[in-house]
Amino acid sequence: MDSDMNLKRTPETGEILLETRHLAKYFRAGGITSRKYLHAVEDVSLSVRRGHVLALVGESGSGKTTTARLIARLMPATRGEILFEGQNVLKTEPRQASLAYRAHVQMIFQDPFSSLNPTQTVGHHLARPLVIHKKAGGRQEIQDQVFELLATVGLVPVEEIADQYPHQLSGGQRQRVAIARALAVDPEIILADEPISMLDVSIRMGVLNLIERLREERGIGYLYITHDLASARYIGNEIIVMYAGHMVEGAESQELVQNPAHPYTRLLLSAVPDPHSGIVRKRLEARGEVVSLIDPPPGCLFADRCPRVMDVCRLTTPEKASIDASHWARCHLYNTPA
Amino acid sequence: MGLDLSPDLDNQPQLFGAFNNPLLRLKGLCVEYSTPRGPVHAVDGVTIDIGSGEFIGLAGESGCGKSTIAQAILRVLHPPAVITGGEIWFENQDVLSMDLTELERFRWQGISLVFQSAMNALNPVMRIRDQITDVIEVHSKLSRADAIQRASELLDLVGIGQKRLMDYPHQLSGGMRQRVVIAIALALNPKMIIMDEPTTAVDVVVQQQIIQETQDLKERFGFSVMFITHDLSLLVEISDRIGIMYAGEIVELAPSRSLFTYPLHPYTQGLMSSFPALTGARERLTGIPGTPPDLVFPPPGCRFHLRCSLVQPRCKVSKPAYEQVSPGHFVACHLV
Repeated sequence: MDSDMNLKRTPETGEILLETRHLAKYFRAGGITSRKYLHAVEDVSLSVRRGHVLALVGESGSGKTTTARLIARLMPATRGEILFEGQNVLKTEPRQASLAYRAHVQMIFQDPFSSLNPTQTVGHHLARPLVIHKKAGGRQEIQDQVFELLATVGLVPVEEIADQYPHQLSGGQRQRVAIARALAVDPEIILADEPISMLDVSIRMGVLNLIERLREERGIGYLYITHDLASARYIGNEIIVMYAGHMVEGAESQELVQNPAHPYTRLLLSAVPDPHSGIVRKRLEARGEVVSLIDPPPGCLFADRCPRVMDVCRLTTPEKASIDASHWARCHLYNTPA
Repeated sequence: MGLDLSPDLDNQPQLFGAFNNPLLRLKGLCVEYSTPRGPVHAVDGVTIDIGSGEFIGLAGESGCGKSTIAQAILRVLHPPAVITGGEIWFENQDVLSMDLTELERFRWQGISLVFQSAMNALNPVMRIRDQITDVIEVHSKLSRADAIQRASELLDLVGIGQKRLMDYPHQLSGGMRQRVVIAIALALNPKMIIMDEPTTAVDVVVQQQIIQETQDLKERFGFSVMFITHDLSLLVEISDRIGIMYAGEIVELAPSRSLFTYPLHPYTQGLMSSFPALTGARERLTGIPGTPPDLVFPPPGCRFHLRCSLVQPRCKVSKPAYEQVSPGHFVACHLV
């Protein structure tokens, strides 16, 4: 492995903090009496580890955001388990997530403006979780912690910023407030749903670097959701590619980018602009559009667009095939026995 | 810094902006928005020539003025925005003094515009066919029958197919709606198409398809393209030249490969450091600290000096001149 910033070892790196097993989410499509379902997420099994960034990459409709929301327990799952601290929380706390779960699993969202309350100051946004989770008591203690959080995320001068309202801040600053808010409860896991895609380009790296620094300093485990493979590789230790609700390939980041196995991953890679590559790359031809997720057909959902489709692809969903150590792909090309 | 690009000015003028007869000339263009706090200098003295058949990219972040320029060129600025200075010349005609008849001919036959999130700007209660014929009928003298014929051809051209002619926008995917908008822009064989963030709202695979299709159409019909985006990495592979805008001004302009290999302006360098590479070693990138300046009261001197890591005392007081430092490579910076 090349020595780069992502691979510094913090104590206990790699310990599994949260695991999902065969998570699925179906939305009813059509009216109340409809019997059709949109299969937004199907059979998602992944682990979030301490001090480790798992990037979930996919285009719109891939199910990546729904997966994050399921793990954040913002909506009930249709099927599957979420194992946290050895227990399936969907069974132990079925109605809604416990305060304890919320203290350990936090989320930051794509739109830094709509995720903040426009009528409240920055200070209020950070004080609230401190109070709810009893992290601080008394005005002075709360204020001290609020200032400390602001300093941690680089929002200075802290006294001034604490009194501002969201509309007075830039997009990048708002996103830092959202990160500070998530940090307030000292979580083990942060689910970051496209945290930089709505920020100005020159601001993005600063926020990503902050996320990385918190990973390194505090051992936070991240699920980083993005459509941007380049940022996934930058910050992710591991990348899982999603397509039409399914996980189709997973590998350590460098490995995935260098040796993509699944035809969809190859298509995605060839479509990403990469001015650093000296020669003009051969673009893979993309045919057709994503299949409908409403009562989807059997077999691999990429079949209609796949340049290497075989008959079996339309009959059965491919199993996970091992490409290499910790590199797998769900594709019949790799399932076919030699 | 010496650049030895060995320019082939006679055979490839488009790479260096040295046009004998540029299609579009902007000279010192200024646009202001009036606000309660005072006028926002959204575009402040932009000068650029664009040639026939050229693919020019305009990159910058929000608030830099790139969309405003696009709207100014076609004179479709909404109040409180108003052109307050400078000139716009299209094929040697003064656009700013065109009357309504001339404007109607200039728009869509001369230059057409694909707006940001244009796919959402399609009228939801009109069929695709009518949205295309509507434009044709307003901006040309074609009969309704001919306009319908043209609409069919256009849909074939952008790869959607005639059977979608009678559909409503909601029946098409995002990528297809974007292609409809491009078809509308092509309707009257314009000499130039301005595309304002045409692929921001689509997925990367569809983005790649649309860009490829646009390039193919450009090769076929020979129109120029001005491609406006915040995604600089996208432009490097598709543009002949790239202009970088910051706070209402063009700070650097150069052939794409030159800009990518030798970015001269610290802002350009900072922007380059904002796009992680997909291949190669993983390097730590920093982006650019700070935020774009207040355009009601822009900072004195160079507008970028507050965020510039190479700032010198004179940068704070005197505005750097926009100059050509090597063939086709323009930059506004005291350090160059």
